[in-house]
Amino acid sequence: MSWQPPVADLLFCLRQLVPLAELARAPAFAELDLEGETPELVLAEAARFASEVIAPIGEAGDREGARFGDEGVRAATGYRQAYAQFVEAGWQGLAAPVEHGGQGLPEVLSGATHELWNAADLSFALCPMLTDAAIQALHVHGTPEQRALYLPRLVSGEWSGTMNLTEPQAGSDLSAIRSQAVPNGDHYLLRGQKIFITWGEHELAENIVHLVLARTPGAPEGVRGLSLFLAPRFLPDADGNCGAANDLRAVSIERKLGIHGSPTCVMSFGEQQGALAWRVGGEHQGLACMFTMMNLARLKVGIEGVGLAARATEQAFRYAQERVQGQRDGEPVAILRHPDVGRMLLDMRSTSEAMRALALVTAAQADLARAFPNTGEGAAAQARLDLLTPIVKGWCTETAVEVASLGIQVHGGMGYVEETGAARWWRDSRITPIYEGTTGIQAADLSGRKLRLDDGAAMFALLDEIGATAQALKGGAQAFAGVGAALADAVLHLRASTRLQLTRMRDGERDAALAVSVPFLLQAGWVASAWQMARALRKTAGGADPFSRAKHRSALHFLEQMLPRALALGARVRVPARSDPLPH
Amino acid sequence: MKVLVAVKRVVDYSVRVRVRADGSGVETANVKMSMNPFDEIAVEEAVRWRESGQAEELTVLSAGPDACQETLRTALAMGADRGIHLRVPDPGGALEPLALAKLLAQQVAREPVDIVLLGKQAIDDDANQTGQMLAGLLGWPQGTFCSAIRFVGEGLEVVREVDGGLEHLALELPAVLTTDLRLNEPRYVKLPNIMKAKKKPIEVREAAELGVDIAPRVQIIQVAEPARRTAGVVLNDATELVARLREEAKVI
Repeated sequence: MSWQPPVADLLFCLRQLVPLAELARAPAFAELDLEGETPELVLAEAARFASEVIAPIGEAGDREGARFGDEGVRAATGYRQAYAQFVEAGWQGLAAPVEHGGQGLPEVLSGATHELWNAADLSFALCPMLTDAAIQALHVHGTPEQRALYLPRLVSGEWSGTMNLTEPQAGSDLSAIRSQAVPNGDHYLLRGQKIFITWGEHELAENIVHLVLARTPGAPEGVRGLSLFLAPRFLPDADGNCGAANDLRAVSIERKLGIHGSPTCVMSFGEQQGALAWRVGGEHQGLACMFTMMNLARLKVGIEGVGLAARATEQAFRYAQERVQGQRDGEPVAILRHPDVGRMLLDMRSTSEAMRALALVTAAQADLARAFPNTGEGAAAQARLDLLTPIVKGWCTETAVEVASLGIQVHGGMGYVEETGAARWWRDSRITPIYEGTTGIQAADLSGRKLRLDDGAAMFALLDEIGATAQALKGGAQAFAGVGAALADAVLHLRASTRLQLTRMRDGERDAALAVSVPFLLQAGWVASAWQMARALRKTAGGADPFSRAKHRSALHFLEQMLPRALALGARVRVPARSDPLPH
Repeated sequence: MKVLVAVKRVVDYSVRVRVRADGSGVETANVKMSMNPFDEIAVEEAVRWRESGQAEELTVLSAGPDACQETLRTALAMGADRGIHLRVPDPGGALEPLALAKLLAQQVAREPVDIVLLGKQAIDDDANQTGQMLAGLLGWPQGTFCSAIRFVGEGLEVVREVDGGLEHLALELPAVLTTDLRLNEPRYVKLPNIMKAKKKPIEVREAAELGVDIAPRVQIIQVAEPARRTAGVVLNDATELVARLREEAKVI
């Protein structure tokens, strides 16, 4: 039987943990019936689309991969048709503004559907994910003319979007960007080379809208001299009809460990007269504009981790239910019955569920911040979103690689053989802790920027809430007292780690803070996700139905077996880093 | 021409059905539910008639607990014009085919239609009775297990999938039709249509108020899982097989 998308758990997260009811109060979402049928109707259809249309193309994407030839980039078999169906069904516009043809649904529901697209086939899902980011950037920073011309076609999915940041010498360090944009009448002429451009060229969409970071003549050095430009693959007329090809092209695509179906392009702009480009947002404001895209994209990459972990888990469970090895009580048994296999499966399942809950609760903060502007509630949501975004990106992706690796382990030797497909989730997952800011970059953002900006206020507010949940568990049913105490202990340790990191940053021990910033981020990830599992435990307590019982088991396992990792990570944060250079 | 399609909310085809611990039925709490696949085919067919102008109004009806309205919404998102929910309190046990057929007959008496279209059976109880019973109650011609439906003159020509092959029938209207698997392939619902469907009307009526006795005629004593299959054995040759069939199984 084919993949069964986790609709029940997504709905549980949306209804019990997010909760959508809180969002439904906002005027912006009042007419969407978020407390009623909308989530189930949307997710049921998205699950059907993901499993019946997207999932079947994934294997061709993995084995054939995107190809590059004389005619440029060609997607693998099936991608073009699946994308046409995706556009036809209107999924691209889910969270897009209503005035540009979108449905105006909350980001959290977009996150839930993205998990399904990612789980179906990450290579495919990357294309609409980047279009979403481009929509967001143009909606916030574009001129009225740019919005009118580009947004309706991006929202429909007829045109796709890309993010062009990286250059050979400018990876994590964007200050080294050299691409140039020279004013030329009402537009700019753009020249330069960009690498690692996901879906930078393809034949799925009629046009591709590139958002490119480049320098204007005389711009200051470093990131403060960057501006954001829009360069369409084909130049549209005022009505949006695609005209002549712009002076830009993919010159090659990369051979990669995973996501073979997604063409990762080397893009060359302005080999001849210069690519026509229009500035988006103010001059030298490029990085700020790009961050509008990036913050959303980072959250979405975290959700890529969720999708891949969940898919790996589902496949491992299915295999372990069917594969018979060894005996128990004299009867041949499926390997699921062996204690160590059971442990691996519960590690995988509980971690995937915790990742999902944390990612969706975080996505909902974006909606709350937008829905209640200029209020204390909105500001608190924004602060929590800013705090949790690097944690979701960093922790969910690092953990996804681990979960996908366990998925291979459950399959034994068969997992190492490509035929089972178990290795694909691991290979595809391995990019997620790298792109859109490596885990190190996320961790530096958390310790070096997010904590410092408010002196830890958002983190301490979060810890207070987690602590309250821990106390409620401790004081509640006897069966939960132990895990309540464990969570309370984890909160104490994370509080201590936070103080340490703040002190180090304040006292000029930046290197000491950064040296343990990843362990700190991961510690925060395990604790914040354990919080969601603790809440899930309380919500399902006493439920006798199979879903509640499974959730209960998962939550207890996570709090008992996975959360202890946070303590070990806390110990790493505590130890002072050595300042002498690395011997080599 | 007016068309009524009946849809049932069932445990999704992809879910592994589990028996409730007390043996009173199958577990439906927190289980993915969806429209009976044969009913989905019926809705698809009727929506096509609506889009081609052959039908002027398409009403979908579901009888059961409140959650049935979600199933109606899906049908509205596919393209039906309006929904009717005949409310049956939950838990009140499932409606039996005869009860539903009587409810549908009442509905047709209240609001006449030219065609009532149903799935040939629901994948939960696999009864395959409602359409036939409804035709009997209404005294209308019936075309069941349809794999093709064509409008010809004032009536219909249908192709039925029967055991021996395909049967071609001409029917006069009004008629009751039930759909088989190969009639069509239901569309993927478009997201904008899901959102628009929320503005389409669903009329809610208490099933009890229709003056029909919907009390169950069948008493469920116990629901149990089928006996587990035990592992087979490999025999050396046909002689041994015959011997064991005769001596151990005592079937020959």
